[in-house]
Amino acid sequence: MSIKKINKDVFGTVVANIIAGDNDVVGVQAKADKFAFGPLESADDLRLDYDVTLLPPKKYFLPQVETLMTYEVGGGYQSKISDKKLVLVGVHPYDMIAINQMDELFSQDEFDTHYMTRRCNTTVIACDVVTASPNVFASSMKTATVKKGYDILLTDIGDAYLADAATEKGEALLKASAADAADATDDDLAKRKAVWDKNEEALNQHKLNCDVSELPNLLDDAYDHPVWEEKAATCYSCGSCNLTCPTCYCFDVQDDVEWSLKSGKRCRAWDGCLLQNFATVAGDHNFREKRQDRFRHRLYRKAKYVPAKIGGQIACVGCGRCVTACIPDIANPVAVYNRLLEDKK
Amino acid sequence: MANCKCAEKKDIYLPELATVTKQQLLNDTEMYLHLQLDSGEHLGHTAGQFVEVSVAGMGEAPISVSSSPTQEGFELVVRNVGSVSNAIHGLTAGSKVGIRGAYGTTYPIEEAKGKDLVFICGGIGLVPQRSFINYVLDNRSDYGSVTILQGTKDYTQRFFTDELAAWNDRDDVTLLETIDEAHPDWDGNVGVVTTLIPKIEADLTKAAVLVCGPPIMYKFVLMAMAEKNVPDKNIFVNLERRMKCGVGKCGHCQINEAYVCQSGPVFRYSDLETIPEAI
Repeated sequence: MSIKKINKDVFGTVVANIIAGDNDVVGVQAKADKFAFGPLESADDLRLDYDVTLLPPKKYFLPQVETLMTYEVGGGYQSKISDKKLVLVGVHPYDMIAINQMDELFSQDEFDTHYMTRRCNTTVIACDVVTASPNVFASSMKTATVKKGYDILLTDIGDAYLADAATEKGEALLKASAADAADATDDDLAKRKAVWDKNEEALNQHKLNCDVSELPNLLDDAYDHPVWEEKAATCYSCGSCNLTCPTCYCFDVQDDVEWSLKSGKRCRAWDGCLLQNFATVAGDHNFREKRQDRFRHRLYRKAKYVPAKIGGQIACVGCGRCVTACIPDIANPVAVYNRLLEDKK
Repeated sequence: MANCKCAEKKDIYLPELATVTKQQLLNDTEMYLHLQLDSGEHLGHTAGQFVEVSVAGMGEAPISVSSSPTQEGFELVVRNVGSVSNAIHGLTAGSKVGIRGAYGTTYPIEEAKGKDLVFICGGIGLVPQRSFINYVLDNRSDYGSVTILQGTKDYTQRFFTDELAAWNDRDDVTLLETIDEAHPDWDGNVGVVTTLIPKIEADLTKAAVLVCGPPIMYKFVLMAMAEKNVPDKNIFVNLERRMKCGVGKCGHCQINEAYVCQSGPVFRYSDLETIPEAI
């Protein structure tokens, strides 16, 4: 696989070549004073200097609402699997790591063809972070840089981007869109290493006061800690922390019927464990009725339950979106974990 | 991603069709259904498992299989409490439903062989327990004594009364039944199901105890079992949660780290030590 150097003055042409290709292209663009992933129509709209997007790119693999199947009332069910090919440009390392985790979760035990087909049909062009967002703590979570999952990794080294092809798909795209680019030199690679070294320290607006690997053990003795009740006392149960999270993947499934009442579709939509009725069963019995229990569940999922399913990786990647989204300012995982650490002393 | 396996994988959310071959309202709220898969295949379940039942246009709900795997077709009993279960109550013989599964863990079919069995059922907790009870009765010589405790809130809610009477008539089954509130037509025990526990003749310290009922029941039954020195590893509880997807993805049925649809619904009580949300 090759690592190419694409000078910034020709980078727009490379992106234009990708847009001109057969696949739909999605990239990071400005949205008012924030940033968002959206269909990319012009290379000029791509903003690889962004700090963080409003929503993580998981929506391209697990859409907010997705048709799983159609049905005829009284008849059978037909699976609907998306066959759209997509190029996703500008995925930050922490979001890439979140996608890698979801890949594992949706393919282990029972293989989710809906998620996995979208994933397999997508070419991911990741990019190292240029601007730290106000709430990022990826350095604390060891997710400030990424080594796998992407097809191409872009790194801004000043006057150029290094484009590192990690897969056959990435290599082919690189060859097709940046045919004239030169191979990266040792000097270029040294510059990239400097970017990585910097990001591994600098993307840290909220510093976790322990090594991230210690979090599962920290939670072993924290189940009855007062912090859950204290923090959750002002929780709106709005689910914003879930819905902006790149590693949250819980969903609801509902049937939608056509006006004819003869056919319809079954859709899944994002759901969130902070929402009041998430664990309610028919008959109105709610197995997680208290806000503090739902609040605790989320933070245990991030640092204990999901890690147990994916080889110990912590399911918080430090993007900081929940911190930004939470109006009562209680969602910050670092604040909770640090509080537990303090009280353990 | 490299090594794409999508084309060779089935859609785990896609139900297969089944036909209602018999339906009967058992009381005001419980509907009995007998079904056959349209493929002609057996459901292939083991006692304790559940299926996801789809009514097109209404949605999908997890329902315990009530019949023994030794019987033809499969049986469900559905309480009329939500939109899907309401729709199920509207089904008649010949109606089509979607079925996924069977999913989840099973009763300790093998481990319980040779042991005395004590089934403690509250209300429609009898429904999944019946799957194992009838399996045991169809393989009677493999198991020790069978004691069934059935508690029902009020007299009019009793169901499977013919089957209960048939079990009661057998020499090799002890049926102990109670209702929570007295009724003029009832001359049996009155009180919650735990009031029957002192009447159990089997040696509880060696028996396999199988518990299924409403959430409130578990605490009291488990306290009574602790008083009787029943080892936690010999107690099996069948827990109900919102098993929306049935395949360990959607998150609704999660209790601490366990997904009930995968690690349950039948749990060994000693395995629940680290799962405070279970009981």
